[in-house]
Amino acid sequence: MKISKDKWGQVFDALASDYQMLAPKEDKGEVNFKRVNCFSEVKQGYLNTKLPAKALFFPQHETLFTYQKEGQGITVKNALKVEKTIAFGVRPCDARAFLLLDKVFNNDQYRDPYYCDRRDTTLVIGLACSQVAPTCFCSQMGLSPVSTAGTDLLFIDLGEAYAVEAVTEKGKEFVAKLQGLEELNAEDQVKLETLKNLQTSSSVDISALTEKLDSMFDHPYWDSLHEKCLGCNACTFSCPTCHCFDITEEFRKTEGNRVRSWDSCMAPLFTKHGSGHNPREDKKARWRQRMMHKFNYFVHNNGDIACVGCGRCLKACPVNMDLRQVIDAVNKAELVVK
Amino acid sequence: MSKVIEEIHAAARQLLEDGKVDVVIGFEKGTLPLKATPCFIRSPQEVEKLIWDETCDNNLANYVRQIKGKKAIVAKGCDTRALVVLMQENQVAREDLYILGVSCNGVINRKKIEAETGEILSAELAEGKISVQGMNGSKEFAFADVKDDTCQSCRYPNPVLEDAHFGDKVETGNQEVPFADVVAMEEKSLLERRAYFQEEMAKCIRCYACRNACPMCYCNECFVDCNSPKWLTGGVDPAENMMFQVGRSLHLAGRCVDCGACVRACPQGVDIRALSRKVTKDCLTMYRHEAGVTLEDPPALNQFSTEDPQGFLVKE
Repeated sequence: MKISKDKWGQVFDALASDYQMLAPKEDKGEVNFKRVNCFSEVKQGYLNTKLPAKALFFPQHETLFTYQKEGQGITVKNALKVEKTIAFGVRPCDARAFLLLDKVFNNDQYRDPYYCDRRDTTLVIGLACSQVAPTCFCSQMGLSPVSTAGTDLLFIDLGEAYAVEAVTEKGKEFVAKLQGLEELNAEDQVKLETLKNLQTSSSVDISALTEKLDSMFDHPYWDSLHEKCLGCNACTFSCPTCHCFDITEEFRKTEGNRVRSWDSCMAPLFTKHGSGHNPREDKKARWRQRMMHKFNYFVHNNGDIACVGCGRCLKACPVNMDLRQVIDAVNKAELVVK
Repeated sequence: MSKVIEEIHAAARQLLEDGKVDVVIGFEKGTLPLKATPCFIRSPQEVEKLIWDETCDNNLANYVRQIKGKKAIVAKGCDTRALVVLMQENQVAREDLYILGVSCNGVINRKKIEAETGEILSAELAEGKISVQGMNGSKEFAFADVKDDTCQSCRYPNPVLEDAHFGDKVETGNQEVPFADVVAMEEKSLLERRAYFQEEMAKCIRCYACRNACPMCYCNECFVDCNSPKWLTGGVDPAENMMFQVGRSLHLAGRCVDCGACVRACPQGVDIRALSRKVTKDCLTMYRHEAGVTLEDPPALNQFSTEDPQGFLVKE
């Protein structure tokens, strides 16, 4: 099925009166997810948003609850406010990352209400990529520029119209109510076929990566890898799957907030104990952790590699630390025989 | 290969073979077009990796503190100024450093190119022209147009301290109004300035790439990471971000060498220099001090004069 862009624009604008519409919007040359009121505000033809879509459910900084001290008592107020939301234009890499974040924030041991409530009230409309950048490597991470994973429905840009594919039950319900759907014609089918064959052409190979890392904790490769890294948070903050956070108190006199903010394994403070001891005391240990977490620990704990190949980390890095190169080096590293 | 880089290779090889240094800090070709990446050469066989051109945009002085022992460093004008400040602040010993000085015509700002071509697919750099194939089309740029803003107003393209020099010296551009950018900012009204900085600060995601790319930002505990007293919340909003950026700029007063490494490191394109350049100008006009120009000139905050026109410095 397909819907013309004109028709979708009308539907979008009508939906905006009932839903919070979050979509890629250009502001000072950068495209990011912002609240929009109408379809004309949505950026067309963007490669991907500068910052990852994870912030839709896991914002960089959020108040968990507020508290107020009155005499001997304390009043606590939940600060979570959720709105019915439609996220439009999520690229397949970012959408796939939602499924990975789900495993962290919603599992059999823990359900994070802040993440989950937003996730549950949001319909994710993915938008397949019509072009891939040289820094993209999603195909090598087991997805593709037209993957549906993590979306409720996926739109594929055919030029004048979007091909529409319902993915989840929620997506199917939405599509069932969608006015103005048409059948794909022969020309559309050809276009669709071409788009569905789009692949990223990076040489990254993850087939034996997790197993290789199993025996690389003490490998000398880590001794030099980190040397040029500045230890900033540009990579982790740009990453759609990085999910580490810090919880702090902000208080004045008798009232305060408990807040959660993105944190980063690249920062020394992340693991520093109150005693002053830091179990991950140098950049070597921190870089090893980042690689191990994404490509080994997460696989053992959750069954998937925690990288979707969006390439944002390597574009954001001030010193050109390139994750593709690191994966390659790990693959090629000779294991030390003990 | 240019004569300059061949000479650098030969010098680096000699230093390593003679055991005069343990490591040569320089640049090698990066994985992205028009982007070099820092490298650390420890054996004479690896020196061929070293490159030197307009894509070498980091300030390598940033690495001298983390590497113990004797080191050689490929250093452009601003890198050597940073080294001078680090020496004055006793962060690195002169005898541990061998400075391979290179004169610099300026470095490329990839963001300026990608704003027009989209992500760069491939690029060629020759004789002041850069031919770029981007995702949104091809374009030829004159180097002068995509040179980083810092380099456009550079006053020290040649090393101020070095043990060997490679390549021809670069003539300092004649600037009719030095600090024209700062003057333009000063002429804006308070409201205009506030609006400008609010917009800029709204972009900051507090990844601290600027701080970490800066050779002068080496505090064991940065004020933003300090939780007692707590100067900042974890909040990422224009006011908090401004507090960080202004705090950092003031901490760099009389120390910033205006290399622009912070701006080029910023993934969000925040105009950090708008703050640091103002402080640099004030230091120059009020105290006649420029950071890291000579080893002999003491740091601005380490000197006082009984002739100071402002009497508060002198207790009768």
